[in-house]
Amino acid sequence: MIAANSPERRWGKLMKVDAGGSLRHFRRRSLARLFAPGDVVVVNDAGTLPASLAGIHAESGAMIEVRLAGWLSDMLDAGGEPRFLAVAFGAGDHRTVTEERAAPPPILPGDHLVFGSLEAVVERRLDHARLLPIRFRTSLGALYAGLARHGRPIQYAHMPDDLALWDVWTSVAAMPIAFEAPSAGFAIDWRTMSAWKSRGVEIVSVTHAAGISSTGDPALDAELPFDEPYVIPQATADAIARAHTNKRRVVAMGTTVLRALESASQENGTVVAGRGVARMRIGPETPIRVVDVVLTGMHEPGESHFELLRAFADDPVLHCIHEVASRRGYRGHEFGDSLLIERSDRAAGM
Amino acid sequence: MQSRAKQNRDLAGLRVAITGGTSGLGLALVRQLTARGARVAFVARSADAVTRVASETGAHGITGDVGGKDEIYGIAMQITGQLGGLDALINNASTLGPRPLRPLADTDCEDLQHALAVNLVGPFRLTKALFGALASSARNRGGSLVVNIASDAAVSAYPTWGAYGASKAALGHMTAIWNEEARDAGVQFVSFDPGDMNTPMHFAAIPDADPNELKRPEDSATQLIEGTLTKLAANPETDAGAPGSTTAAGDVRS
Repeated sequence: MIAANSPERRWGKLMKVDAGGSLRHFRRRSLARLFAPGDVVVVNDAGTLPASLAGIHAESGAMIEVRLAGWLSDMLDAGGEPRFLAVAFGAGDHRTVTEERAAPPPILPGDHLVFGSLEAVVERRLDHARLLPIRFRTSLGALYAGLARHGRPIQYAHMPDDLALWDVWTSVAAMPIAFEAPSAGFAIDWRTMSAWKSRGVEIVSVTHAAGISSTGDPALDAELPFDEPYVIPQATADAIARAHTNKRRVVAMGTTVLRALESASQENGTVVAGRGVARMRIGPETPIRVVDVVLTGMHEPGESHFELLRAFADDPVLHCIHEVASRRGYRGHEFGDSLLIERSDRAAGM
Repeated sequence: MQSRAKQNRDLAGLRVAITGGTSGLGLALVRQLTARGARVAFVARSADAVTRVASETGAHGITGDVGGKDEIYGIAMQITGQLGGLDALINNASTLGPRPLRPLADTDCEDLQHALAVNLVGPFRLTKALFGALASSARNRGGSLVVNIASDAAVSAYPTWGAYGASKAALGHMTAIWNEEARDAGVQFVSFDPGDMNTPMHFAAIPDADPNELKRPEDSATQLIEGTLTKLAANPETDAGAPGSTTAAGDVRS
């Protein structure tokens, strides 16, 4: 597997697109040389939960896999009873593409799901057979112990080997609240951050509970991203205010950071510290108030991440990026290559 | 010395994790830190002992083995999930190596490897897994700390203490290098030598030692806390993320 600090991650490719739409190509380790004194880099320091649970639907005895996909209860209340939005799959595993995977058994409100020592109750019916609001019959604190024993990271069919928890934690990972890795964070390591710091580039964080990126089910994928709770520390809001005052850039390390900061923004670009829930869907019409540059993966036209980039660059630029990326062999998934894109003049209203 | 009257909740809000928290120095630390208001998670191998210490002290008990690679991230996840982050990590768990103590020429390679796994690689892995949390604390609360437990056996060449002494010497040097490298991230690393204490581990090493000549682990725990953690606790809490401060994620649909 690609360990967090393996050469493959450091040596990945990086495409940089400036506000005028010019493309340049770097090794990813060159990130350490980018940005200027006073620029503020914002990382998402959420750790990734082992959010895939294999078990039994008690009423039918059928095998089931459940992927925790969104928080319905307070993610910071360790004493509370945890509730999640979960996506259910039938027998089989991630090596079978989702479209060909057995459907989960019919599941009714009040049904029980058993994963080793963990037990969850289905709370009610939603309008999609795979989508379940579930409640664990234990405290969130105790659930962490159960997840450590029975949970596995959500896996990807395109990865040659199974992912362990250390594969899905970025080097800045702190609070374990994300369901899939905030994968832009894989592009940076502590050497990069030390280099930034020595040049006066400030590093701050948000903690944003990144949800699942895709289920393989088109009807469900159209609903993504689900609501994502976040925490923005005061130090982060302050650093962003300084950057704006000094006309420096705010760099979002990943779309989850972008989503948190823009959700917490006011019309004048001020970011409000504290807790919130990102419900917005960023697209071409979204006014971007806080972030000047975003680092993300390479995304195909049609993906929600691609839609999001339309807030940063015109369609001709985005299609040019896509075409050049295909031609030059950029790899496009959670563990692939990186795109650093600066908000275009037009979108910035400059 | 620590007296009941002196105890106050001066460490309130400080989030501390301790490995090897069910006997000796680790147990004394769990007891004193909880009594002084810190939020404590501890790790130990015996589920029964973990349950007992957790119910006695109110600390969060985690059953696990820091010598096991596959357990480390699960342990780290439980620590930060239970405490809501981490300000200080005390890598206290250790093993003597093969017992009775024996010359290196009589030591099996596997026994040396096990001592290194528990005393050196385990602390490295757990520190690495928790480094993001410690750096987050440093960014948002002003500083964070890793304390690694040192020994005079790491400095002096005591015959028959080879596995333990070599592993502790390596841990001490790693601590010093971490401290240089982690400065940019705001994480401080220190070694703390608790001295020869009246603990089960000491008697396993030297069964005929006179307990009256040994230090009480409670006294070493107080010294460790006074020498390192009280400085951290002086940092104000500035996190914006206290539970319940605003609404949680709402239902996607009802």
